[in-house]
Amino acid sequence: MNKGEKVKNLIVDKPLKLDCGKTIVNFPLAYETYGQLNEKKDNAILAFHALTGDQFASGINPITKKEGWWSYALGPGKAIDTNKYFVICANVIGGCMGSYGPSNINPENQKPFGTNFPIITINDMVNAQYHLLEFFKIDKLFSVVGGSMGGMQVLQFVSNFPNKSRTAIPIACTASHSAQNIALNELGRQSIMADHNWSNGFYEENKKLPDKGLAVARMAAHITYLSKKGLQEKFGRKLQERDDLKFSFDADFQIESYLRYQGSVFVDRFDANSYLYITRAMDYFDLTKQFNGNLSKAFEKSETKFFIISFTSDWLYPTSENRDIVIALNAIGKDVGFAEITSDKGHDSFLLDVPDFLNAVKNFLNTSYYKKI
Amino acid sequence: MKKEFNIIAKLIKKDSKVLDVGCGDGQLMKYIYENITKDIRGLEISKNNVQKCIEKGLTVIEGDAEKDLKQFPILSFDYVILSQTLQAFLDPENVINELLRIGKKAIVTIPNFGYWKVRMHLLLKGTMPVTNNLPNEWYNTPNLHMCTIKDFENYCNKKKITINSSNLNFQNIFSELGIFLIEK
Repeated sequence: MNKGEKVKNLIVDKPLKLDCGKTIVNFPLAYETYGQLNEKKDNAILAFHALTGDQFASGINPITKKEGWWSYALGPGKAIDTNKYFVICANVIGGCMGSYGPSNINPENQKPFGTNFPIITINDMVNAQYHLLEFFKIDKLFSVVGGSMGGMQVLQFVSNFPNKSRTAIPIACTASHSAQNIALNELGRQSIMADHNWSNGFYEENKKLPDKGLAVARMAAHITYLSKKGLQEKFGRKLQERDDLKFSFDADFQIESYLRYQGSVFVDRFDANSYLYITRAMDYFDLTKQFNGNLSKAFEKSETKFFIISFTSDWLYPTSENRDIVIALNAIGKDVGFAEITSDKGHDSFLLDVPDFLNAVKNFLNTSYYKKI
Repeated sequence: MKKEFNIIAKLIKKDSKVLDVGCGDGQLMKYIYENITKDIRGLEISKNNVQKCIEKGLTVIEGDAEKDLKQFPILSFDYVILSQTLQAFLDPENVINELLRIGKKAIVTIPNFGYWKVRMHLLLKGTMPVTNNLPNEWYNTPNLHMCTIKDFENYCNKKKITINSSNLNFQNIFSELGIFLIEK
């Protein structure tokens, strides 16, 4: 992938102390913007991406030539309307779309970091992206918004910078990564590590990538983004371009073929080590623990107006975990709205065309923008 | 605007903190938001109504009053409103207790089963009453615990709940709706 001029980079020249203890400095943060920042600079939204997302949230991703990951929700006239709002989206550190990550060159030996890259956390990601506010000279954002790991970043952002955003929309997320989700992430990581080509993370030197391991990790994860009902309705037991079972291990079923395809296209755009680092950051996320078991304390100083959204068929970040955030905010009398959207599309609902979801986001943003808080 | 909204709104002090339990599509909340206080939010169980509240720019929490009031701390609101839903709860007594735990005052409105038209219906027709305020038949009504204004008054006396004011001076026969401002 030649990213070249297609990626905008902010070089963060202030040292950033990571949770692991190491300090990074002069590191690149790749970002993209949508819409125009107005004169008052009060229409800026920081959108955070999920595990495999990047800064290209809307329009055509110039690297992959595919639609941006949030094209349904973000763009001109969309729920997050870039005719009205100025949206900034950055690639998380640890990522592989231009921000500082394991495929960057280690100055100590002029080779890619690989697994010598420091472990990063959601807190580190958010602290890195905070520099974008300074870069654009934005004193206060209008909103911070994101789904899944993006939602975790929303929560961490408001906790770290209590008065830097008027509103916050954490979607389909959690304040504390569950055992089930850690288990699923570990499955993905072990799949990558079991690929002979992975070579303890130094595969770039060998020019052989752990594509098979990464593809299996993606296949497994992809199942968790859907719902049983959604899978059954879309695929059922339908066969793939054949009239009968072949009595072999070919992809007889459409669902098998679909997953294999998802795995194969994923390896073209994603780095295996980034997958390890970012899933680890998600596993380490426990905002409740950061505040000694009292999640309310994370938001005590904030005057941000929250709108929390979950989906009925999301079993990865279920309504109950989203509701825990609502409960923590209500316990200290903060301004919080909550809606559970009916959808059969599972965790992926936040990325898809789910009209009730998109309308709720649109209405919340547009009515909040014109209100004086 | 419903006359009922006007009566409720007059009971609320300006700029106080309000929770509307079972806020429906947000009509009452919108009225209070625009005229009395900006610090108001709702709790609503119907997804369709939640969407309508969001459209109106109101803060709404999707949830079930019988389960989700417990997340609010003691006396965290100046007023908690329960408009015409008390009789539909499985455990109305628990809901009243919760209202008075989280609110310094509670505003409760009930359709009066002692209203003269309701009495006449049962007396003359011998079937369960169907009126404007009670439009359902016995087999599909959401109302599990109907009471009269006198019943509610007796209940408050028994439980040492103070009725600060009401719209009706206890006209059990002539009022279709009872609206009470109560506190413990």
